Amino acid sequence: MNTENLIVLLYVLVLASFIGFELIAKIPPTLHTPLMSGSNAISGITIVGAIVASGPDMWSTSKVLGIAALFLATLNVVGGYAVTDRMLQMFKKKK
Amino acid sequence: MSQDIIIKIAYLVASVLFIVGIKMLGKTATARKGNTLSSVAMLIAVLITLLDKNVLSFTEIFITILIGSAVGLYIARKVEMTQMPEMVALLNGFGGASSVLVATSEYWKLAHNTALTMEPIVAVTVALSVIIGSVTFTGSMVAFGKLKGIVNGGSVTFKGQHFLNAALLIAMIILSALMVASPNSEVWMLSLLMLALVLGVLVVIPIGGADMPVVISLLNSYSGVAACATGFILNNQVLIIAGALVGTSGIILTQIMCKAMNRSLANVLLGGFGQTVGTSSKSEQEIVTKEVGIEETAMLFDSASSVIIVPGYGMAVAQAQHVVRELTDLLEKRNISVKFAIHPVAGRMPGHMNVLLAEANIPYDKLIEMDDINDEFANTDIALIIGANDVVNPAARSNPQSPIYGMPILNADKARTVIVSKRSMNAGYAGIENELFGFPNCLMLFGDAKSSMSKVVSELKEL
Repeated sequence: MNTENLIVLLYVLVLASFIGFELIAKIPPTLHTPLMSGSNAISGITIVGAIVASGPDMWSTSKVLGIAALFLATLNVVGGYAVTDRMLQMFKKKK
Repeated sequence: MSQDIIIKIAYLVASVLFIVGIKMLGKTATARKGNTLSSVAMLIAVLITLLDKNVLSFTEIFITILIGSAVGLYIARKVEMTQMPEMVALLNGFGGASSVLVATSEYWKLAHNTALTMEPIVAVTVALSVIIGSVTFTGSMVAFGKLKGIVNGGSVTFKGQHFLNAALLIAMIILSALMVASPNSEVWMLSLLMLALVLGVLVVIPIGGADMPVVISLLNSYSGVAACATGFILNNQVLIIAGALVGTSGIILTQIMCKAMNRSLANVLLGGFGQTVGTSSKSEQEIVTKEVGIEETAMLFDSASSVIIVPGYGMAVAQAQHVVRELTDLLEKRNISVKFAIHPVAGRMPGHMNVLLAEANIPYDKLIEMDDINDEFANTDIALIIGANDVVNPAARSNPQSPIYGMPILNADKARTVIVSKRSMNAGYAGIENELFGFPNCLMLFGDAKSSMSKVVSELKEL
């Protein structure tokens, strides 16, 4: 990675953080628990890195670590989205 | 078009869907769709990564994903809504651990292959990812243990604690520097990993039960930052964007929780709340309460025209929310208006009470936030407090000596009559007495919330 590349990534980080602040500050307290478990699932995006790390066809320490990461990340992603969906389907307006 | 470009474009699409998903999560009507959209984004990211030129062997990957999904779905189906804080803590921890493992895996690959060199920038990002991910992991596990009651839920402090934490932090900075200087000797990296895991435990143990919502929110933020740091190692924008969204979300929720308890973040993190207080205020005067029976309560409700219910975590523990819904339906049939007043820290995590009441089929438009309902108490006949305590303690307004002084509270005491359903005179979560119980307009309905409420309901049916 060169410095120029690093700067680009920092731009991405800063801009994404601003978007995050803008969007999340507007979310009403009613939805804070689903927001938390939903964003929790999003933080499982490391699954992408875990897949690449599990990818080599030869077994190595690096690959074993990758498989472990993949298991935990999958649990995080699937569990997070499923429980958020379960919660959100309970939110109903007055009939 | 090369494979690399296709992958990058798919990541861009996933990033956009994550952002739109979060935006839709902000409105109750679209929230469920937003969550689905965000899960589609995740699916796109996962599928396209399988095309990566470094991914050569698929069997283990599919098996691992299959097992992970099965376990994840099982937990998500089984978990009780009262246990959501534990669930979130656990998943946070897994996310953090996953980030560390990815970082370690990448480090191992680079450190043990003479053909590849590790640039200083990569070594720095590995160090950051290891530190943040490890703290998230062990910190979340301790938080999980505290919420579940496996670990002492109170504040655990010892002499020299802050000194120890500071020393650990300095040691970690030195180890990171050594690792950057000689990236091929893994001893520095492993020592850094160990210290970071220990630090995660040490930063969460001094934080007491009442402050757990803050910790959960903060760890939520860390898990995002950990994903971000891993994104820097892998030079992957979708990790950075998704991580940043989660990181900011956690920070905002942390701020909201701190504000609702009138405490600074530093004050929460240093811990020890609720230990020194309680003894000093107890001696002042004995609180004299008035008791009320089931029939009288039912009669009071019958003659009221407006009721505000103030639910607390105690209601959920007693599993009284379904009976409360029955009571609500019954009162509304008699044209009595019923609303719920929700304090921001009611429950054990942000928005927890709303989920618990939603589960009991109480429509969300009946749940009113503190700032919007506080002026209404003065025009309300009955404020019914179930399992809440500190969030209605007038000492927060009037007694500068009180440890919760300055915390925004629900003005339940302003209602014409206040009925408190409570098991005993025990103090609340913060461990302090509530002078509201001695107010002339306050009546105590002692007993288990669920059985008291169901008795009131059956009494009301006969009236």
